[in-house]
Amino acid sequence: MKKLILIALCALAFTGSLFAQTYMTRTGKISFSATAAHSPEKIEGINNEVASIVDGKTGNIVFQVPVKSFKFERELMQEHFNENYMESDKYPKSEFKGAISNSGSVNFTKDGTYNVSVAGKLTMHGVTNEVNVPGTIIVKGNKLLLKAKFSARLQDYKIAVPSVVADKIGKEAIISLESDLTQK
Amino acid sequence: MRRSFLLTAVCLLGITSSYAQTDSLMDMLDKTAPLSKKETVSATFKATRIINGSSVENLGAGVLDFRISHRFGQLNQGSQNFFGLDDATTRLGLDYGITKWLMVGIGHNTLNKEDDGFVKLKLLTQRKQGMPVSVSYFGNISIQTTPAPTLPAGDTWEYSNRLFFTNQVLVARKFNDWLSLQLMPTIVHYNLVDSTNSDNNTFAIGVGGRIKVSRRIAITGEYYYRLNNTDMLYNGSKTYNYASIGIDIETGGHVFQLMLTNAPGMTERTFIGQTTDSWSKGDIHFGFNISRVFTVVKPKEFRQ
Repeated sequence: MKKLILIALCALAFTGSLFAQTYMTRTGKISFSATAAHSPEKIEGINNEVASIVDGKTGNIVFQVPVKSFKFERELMQEHFNENYMESDKYPKSEFKGAISNSGSVNFTKDGTYNVSVAGKLTMHGVTNEVNVPGTIIVKGNKLLLKAKFSARLQDYKIAVPSVVADKIGKEAIISLESDLTQK
Repeated sequence: MRRSFLLTAVCLLGITSSYAQTDSLMDMLDKTAPLSKKETVSATFKATRIINGSSVENLGAGVLDFRISHRFGQLNQGSQNFFGLDDATTRLGLDYGITKWLMVGIGHNTLNKEDDGFVKLKLLTQRKQGMPVSVSYFGNISIQTTPAPTLPAGDTWEYSNRLFFTNQVLVARKFNDWLSLQLMPTIVHYNLVDSTNSDNNTFAIGVGGRIKVSRRIAITGEYYYRLNNTDMLYNGSKTYNYASIGIDIETGGHVFQLMLTNAPGMTERTFIGQTTDSWSKGDIHFGFNISRVFTVVKPKEFRQ
């Protein structure tokens, strides 16, 4: 009897990874604003090449952001972003590895809007920090729409802002994420 | 007993495997990623000019660049002329990026009252893997608009006498974060030269480079070696190969380029073949370029 229960449990554990509901995208969108309070111009970037996978079974989430794919309203800003602030030749990708803390409350098989909290490690500019991000997951058929908004202190990621541009670039970047993932 | 222990172990393995999954998910993204191979090398130079001559950098699509360039007189003019600062030649220019690979520009020079126009085409872009160099084509036409000289009765001063043409191939490589070098095989065609002893075409090979000393400051250099026409006279004076050293300073929306050069002229035809000042004699000019860019057409992500 004990053996039977064990076998059953075992089978369950493995089927979990066999029939994983993974959702993926390569065209997710992340935008950020690091505009200082009284800045004459907006310091904003948009990236439409964000790659992401959500594992519906485990609640694991990963994001990969090619830093050079951020677009800016002014081309010179984009060059400075890559050359002077993010050093994207040295650190070409930003990454997030984490998991939905309350993954039990999300039913990936049932359409609906779920509020989630995602905890994990965010790596930007070669520096990794633990972050906790609130967001929503909208389940619609075999698609997931992820939405989140959070802020990151530039100092925490060793992104130095020279005093000459301190009136334009804020101390924090507000990061917004919107990703449409499709079940694989 | 032993068997159930084994089963538990296998069972645990099954469960733990699902925890260490973020790394494997990341691997999945890496493996299917199309980006790593395509990745291009950017910012080979800070500006679209190394000093006088063009670099392989283009303006982005929809970007307008207003350029003010100044070359003062010779330093060896002494205190009488405030070490050359009393004299100056100026070029005012407007450059525009039509697409990310095609850029055009026009300018007016006080020296010879010369108007110039150019196109620069990006042909190849250096990549992290594969393509080792960036290659561009640069071509320009310039027109000298000074009044025609007084000629004997019956002679006419052809308009074509005022025209000069430059064709260049720019081959550049960014070796690492701080070092970029560029080679520029060049032909300058002079519709009119001083004497019949000179060829109308001057062939030259240019070498340029930059060494980045900090995130916002770089040291630059540029030299054009003439392969023929080295004895060409200009307005009766001996000509010398052109060389400059400079410094690029980046401040927010501007790039300042400061330089020491033996050429007071800023069009290819003047600095490559008609530089009558010599470094060794101390005929050195201080000068600067200021560039201010404006976004005329916003990238599609920012259009309303």
